[in-house]
Amino acid sequence: MSTPAGNLEIRDLVKRYGTDAAAVAGIGLTVDSGEFLTLLGPSGSGKTTTLNMIAGFVHPTAGSIHLNGVDLTELQPHKRGFGMVFQNYALFPHMSVFDNVAYPLRQRKTGKPDVRRLVLDILERFGLSGMEHRRPAQLSGGQQQRVALARALVFSPSVLLLDEPLGALDRKLRQSLQAELKKLHQEVGLTFVFVTHDQDEAMFLSDRIAVFNEGRIDRVGRPAQLYDDPGTLFVANFLGEANTFAGRRVDAETYAWNGEKWRTADDRHPPEGVLVVRPERVRVFGTDEVPPGWNSVAPSSPTCPAWARRPGST
Amino acid sequence: MKQPPYLYIAVWAVAGFLTVPTLFLVPMSLSGGSTFQFPPPSWSLQWYRNLVESSEWRDAVLVSLQVAAFATPLAVVIGTCAAFGLMRLGRRLRIAGAAALSAPLVIPNILIALAIYGTFLRLGLSGTLLGLVLGQTALAIPFVLIAVLARLQGYDRSYTTAALSLGASPATAFRTVTFPLILPGIVAGAVFAFVASFDELVIALLLQGPGNVTLPVQMFNAVVEAADPTISAASTVLVVVVSAVVLAVQIGWTRRSEQRSGDGA
Repeated sequence: MSTPAGNLEIRDLVKRYGTDAAAVAGIGLTVDSGEFLTLLGPSGSGKTTTLNMIAGFVHPTAGSIHLNGVDLTELQPHKRGFGMVFQNYALFPHMSVFDNVAYPLRQRKTGKPDVRRLVLDILERFGLSGMEHRRPAQLSGGQQQRVALARALVFSPSVLLLDEPLGALDRKLRQSLQAELKKLHQEVGLTFVFVTHDQDEAMFLSDRIAVFNEGRIDRVGRPAQLYDDPGTLFVANFLGEANTFAGRRVDAETYAWNGEKWRTADDRHPPEGVLVVRPERVRVFGTDEVPPGWNSVAPSSPTCPAWARRPGST
Repeated sequence: MKQPPYLYIAVWAVAGFLTVPTLFLVPMSLSGGSTFQFPPPSWSLQWYRNLVESSEWRDAVLVSLQVAAFATPLAVVIGTCAAFGLMRLGRRLRIAGAAALSAPLVIPNILIALAIYGTFLRLGLSGTLLGLVLGQTALAIPFVLIAVLARLQGYDRSYTTAALSLGASPATAFRTVTFPLILPGIVAGAVFAFVASFDELVIALLLQGPGNVTLPVQMFNAVVEAADPTISAASTVLVVVVSAVVLAVQIGWTRRSEQRSGDGA
């Protein structure tokens, strides 16, 4: 795992199937070396299609994909050299754990002693020593996941693509594997592109999140940044719980909604906007503390309350 | 788990219904008499000697083996390719295509045989070994197609995708991943195709010519012309050959899967 982490750049990527609405309607995205970037969105939002275009399984209708500045768009998938982990792991059922992990090395004509050494090393690292003769079906879900990771990492790819790799697991296992995945990312320092529809997972794991909505990227940013300053109503609603109030700002510290007035400490955003209040930021006051005629949203941190633009307005 | 007794009764009744004719067949082939008689008046291998010594019977066995040896691989290749092709179509087209290609199973053999006979007569293929091979291949294709298609429908495409992502070319991915995983379907199809070809009568009857009389045709002729007990010896050979092929595959398969699970222990 000595390959330097890759830097990915996606330019104006479009995928259209037949005459239907575009599955991916023109996205641009940069993934920095060593970054953990998550493509987050509901099903059908284009995140998996985007990942498959990066991997080369889906040919884009327009746009291009670059790794470390080199255009990969026309390169066949088996020549791209990305590691990939699939939702169902796709471990080859007719091969032992050893042969599964050795598969990418053998495709690269690695010498027999090196194959053996690399495979046993990585199996040990993933806590799978002694299991090399087992078949995938004889492993638990968590072990299968680790074999899939070992197989995708053993040939030192510069980028690891993960397609909802935790989707098939129960909640408890999922949480412990999330922690393992995060630790793994810190250890190997590779560029990770991770697809999920689970916002908690995305918030926990990612350096940055790209939120997909109807074939476009709504916003890209650090998890905390997107949570506190979602930018669009879609992001506000998709990431965490949100109470939204579609009123208007009257002056620097007053927001009017449905005949009620709210005092806010936030004057960053334009008058036409939706007020988003995160539930954990709501504090209940005694009635005597609030001036007559006011509802108060008291900031429990400097960035509260969060604001969101109405879609279409700036 | 303890099974209710009526299950045993049902199973043995069906098994008996299917195998009892064979149980009569084998002793009759060992008969020392000169007509069909059960039980045989005396024991002898005379009908087997006749089968081997008479050039008619010997040639028929060889022709049958030859035809099956060509028709089976042909049907396997065509049927497997067809199954892969069908999997690439949409659901509706796939069902329609599979139904069309399986037509030989549904259409009475005599109709197919007549159609093939008419066509081959014009093409000059009637009475040739090639004609026989082609005709039996057509009949055997559906067996392969159905077996491979069933296997492919259970095949997860992400195995292929995973192999590609790990650096295998499409051809290597097929050879190392797809093919081994659908092999049981191909082998099952091949066994059925072999059996279908080896004991096919109607097409072989219409396409027969000097030098390409198959075993079933020879048997048919023997019964029509004279009740020649050699037929019981020939039938026994037929049963043994077909059972041997099926059993060999089955045993080979069980061994392999035992070895596999043994790996993990």
